[in-house]
Amino acid sequence: MAIRRAMSGRIMDRTAVVGARYMSSWWRSVQPAPKDPILGVTEAFLADQSPDKVNVGVGAYRDDNGKPVVLECVREAERRIAGNLNMEYLPMGGSVKMVEETLKLAYGENSELIKEKRIAAVQALSGTGACRLFADFQKRFCPDSQIYIPVPTWANHHNIWRDAQVPQKTYHYYHPESKGLDFAAMIDDIKNAPNGSFFLLHACAHNPTGVDPSEEQWREISHHIKAKGHFAFFDMAYQGFASGDPEKDAKAIRIFLEDGHHIGISQSYAKNMGLYGQRVGCLSVLCEDEKQAVAVKSQLQQLARPMYSNPPVHGALIVSTILSDPDLKKQWLKEVKVMADRIIGMRTALRGNLEKLGSPLSWQHITNQIGMFCYSGLTPEQVDRLTNEFHIYMTRNGRISMAGVTTGNVKYLANAIHEVTK
Amino acid sequence: MRPEFTSPSSSSSSSADRRLNALVRHLATPSMVSQTAVAFSPTSGFHGDSVFSHVVRAPEDPILGVTVAYNKDPSPVKLNLGVGAYRTEEGKPLVLNVVRKAEQMLLNDKSRVKEYLPIVGIAEFNKLSAQLIFGADSPAIRENRVTTVQCLSGTGSLRVGAEFLARHYHQKTIYIPQPTWGNHPKVFTLAGLSVKTYRYYDPTTRGLNFQGLLEDLGSAPSGSIVLLHACAHNPTGVDPTLQQWEQIRQLMRSKALLPFFDSAYQGFASGNLDEDAQSIRMFVTDGGECFVAQSYAKNMGLYGERVGALSVVCTAADVASKVESQLKLVIRPMFSNPPIHGASIVATILKDSNLFNEWTIELKAMADRIISMRKQLFDALRARGTPGDWSHIIKQIGMFTFTGLNSKQVEFMTRECHIYMTSDGRISMAGLSSKTVPHLADAIHAAVTRMT
Repeated sequence: MAIRRAMSGRIMDRTAVVGARYMSSWWRSVQPAPKDPILGVTEAFLADQSPDKVNVGVGAYRDDNGKPVVLECVREAERRIAGNLNMEYLPMGGSVKMVEETLKLAYGENSELIKEKRIAAVQALSGTGACRLFADFQKRFCPDSQIYIPVPTWANHHNIWRDAQVPQKTYHYYHPESKGLDFAAMIDDIKNAPNGSFFLLHACAHNPTGVDPSEEQWREISHHIKAKGHFAFFDMAYQGFASGDPEKDAKAIRIFLEDGHHIGISQSYAKNMGLYGQRVGCLSVLCEDEKQAVAVKSQLQQLARPMYSNPPVHGALIVSTILSDPDLKKQWLKEVKVMADRIIGMRTALRGNLEKLGSPLSWQHITNQIGMFCYSGLTPEQVDRLTNEFHIYMTRNGRISMAGVTTGNVKYLANAIHEVTK
Repeated sequence: MRPEFTSPSSSSSSSADRRLNALVRHLATPSMVSQTAVAFSPTSGFHGDSVFSHVVRAPEDPILGVTVAYNKDPSPVKLNLGVGAYRTEEGKPLVLNVVRKAEQMLLNDKSRVKEYLPIVGIAEFNKLSAQLIFGADSPAIRENRVTTVQCLSGTGSLRVGAEFLARHYHQKTIYIPQPTWGNHPKVFTLAGLSVKTYRYYDPTTRGLNFQGLLEDLGSAPSGSIVLLHACAHNPTGVDPTLQQWEQIRQLMRSKALLPFFDSAYQGFASGNLDEDAQSIRMFVTDGGECFVAQSYAKNMGLYGERVGALSVVCTAADVASKVESQLKLVIRPMFSNPPIHGASIVATILKDSNLFNEWTIELKAMADRIISMRKQLFDALRARGTPGDWSHIIKQIGMFTFTGLNSKQVEFMTRECHIYMTSDGRISMAGLSSKTVPHLADAIHAAVTRMT
């Protein structure tokens, strides 16, 4: 006891010295991380003072006035749920109601698979969270597997599977010369991958290229993936947003289901319900039978628990309120079509303007591509000129977010693109 | 045109039938590719086998599983003392008035949109959270040495902080108290840290094993990370005194042990926000570094909204800035950016002095009700002459009481009395009311006298 007291006395005397010793940080050697390539564009845009500035960077929908949109069905849903329910923890797997409705969107309203309870599904933190949960699940239960990711893809896909410690390979996807799909090379890559590889597929409205396989091409892709026993994982972030019709946008998935694949799907409500910041999504894995689905779901929950315990309730409530009310759901479908149609209209307008300006290049791809993004084919140097000379902001891979194009800025944008490409 | 085949007809079709159907459909397809290109490998999808066939069902979460069992029980006298969520005297969940007000304000503000937050979340929320835990006049804040990022409640804040440590810190071991919240070991393990324990709870005194704590931290390798519950230790309710905290601080600083605070009950323990933050503030006042995970689940009743913050206190501003940039790299591939709703509510409340004051009053009322439940339970056991020393019920602090009941006694109480708690004997005082205290006291009395 006496020894301890004496020791603590000495420690007390040393406090001042000890404090001074700690002026050096443990984190001195931490390197500043590079800025996120996509989100950094908006930062730069916001800092620009020019009245002509145009933001066609991040993929968040804007109306024809360039303003963010909260859907009417969402406003109504929020009115209904405010002051109504408590804020208790959701189960680890999230809102059961929301997940049920979400599965219907992907698998079909009357899907037998849903009736047979063969789908393991949990609410996830939007598309990112769903992909990450799946990647962690893949690592844990198929530790020797690797993921094949298309070139190009949403940059964060690489980060997600890397942090999950799943080895990555790439497969051919975009064909720069035709600004379309490099179908033959893609099929080759599928055939050459070791049996049982995991393939990441964009269900519709490929990000960043806007290039989607045709229905026939999807059937062939399905055939070859099946022949090799590969696992097909779909990232569906734009259902409804691509063609304006959610059923149509789920076609690729339905083809795979018909062909008997046991797929995985990441679904996001960020864009198609405008719920970006609410972080609402769903991860589902189709299993052999109900028993397996129960097992898989329980394991997904085991991965969610040490990450965030249970997912946020607010956004999920909005989704389930809308989708379980036939009138609100109808309204949602109308509003989604309006958004998709506006984008399709802007594609037509941008291409039309460029052709009117007498551009020597072909701009067919603007209307061939689908969804929020147009892979313009502009080089990084041309993009830099657009930014520096015309205050037009986009990612340096030439990806234009069509949602940022309006009747007010489409001529200006076309002019600028023409200037740097003529 | 591809011939149409009917999909497997009824829900009673076996998986073998399904596989057969899939095979038939495939072989009959007029494929545009030569049939010889098809590989009939043993692992081919033709068999319809899932690559996840081998996945077995995970056990129920021990804490959340209690509520699952409770929900199944048809007894009218059942009592849920499992998960730590506050209940009113009527046994109902509570949404604070200030939260309702803040929600209305947000709803009425037509200019609000639902865009993506920055990766680190709402700037105002982060700033106010740091002020709340460190004190508005904290030197660390004044000197810009703190980086705060919005995360998914306490769990999410712990996980992000731990992932950062696993990547950037030279020591990959974290010491956690024995016992601790059941989810702690998994959070740290999945983040890539290895987990060791230090002695904390003394079952014989039902208090702090201070000796053991000092010895175990004293023998930890220099630089090790140490998890500390800022107040209202979960599950024991046993907190060090201020003097003991000072000793812990000195020992840790002398061994360069890195403190990682889990603050899930600020304001809930004593009823006073500043008092409950004392332990953390000691570690900031001495100029050293620390990690703090903050949760608003309990003290603002925002459980399901998943609102929390991770703060890293550094010795220099430029370091804090670099740390923040690396935290973003952890967050982006995990969930990209945090959910907006709950944090907006918190920011609305914290920045408005009237709402803030209202909140402190509602918070104190919750804490006081819990303290009153402790007293009532203690009195009830004394009145029954229940064998044993039950003073720990009023000495322990926060939402939980570590009753000291063993798993047989717990099982008895659930089976015979329909009282649900975790098998370690932890009861959530928040789940009690004046009406149900007698039932619980009777049950404890029965368990203690009939089962040893």
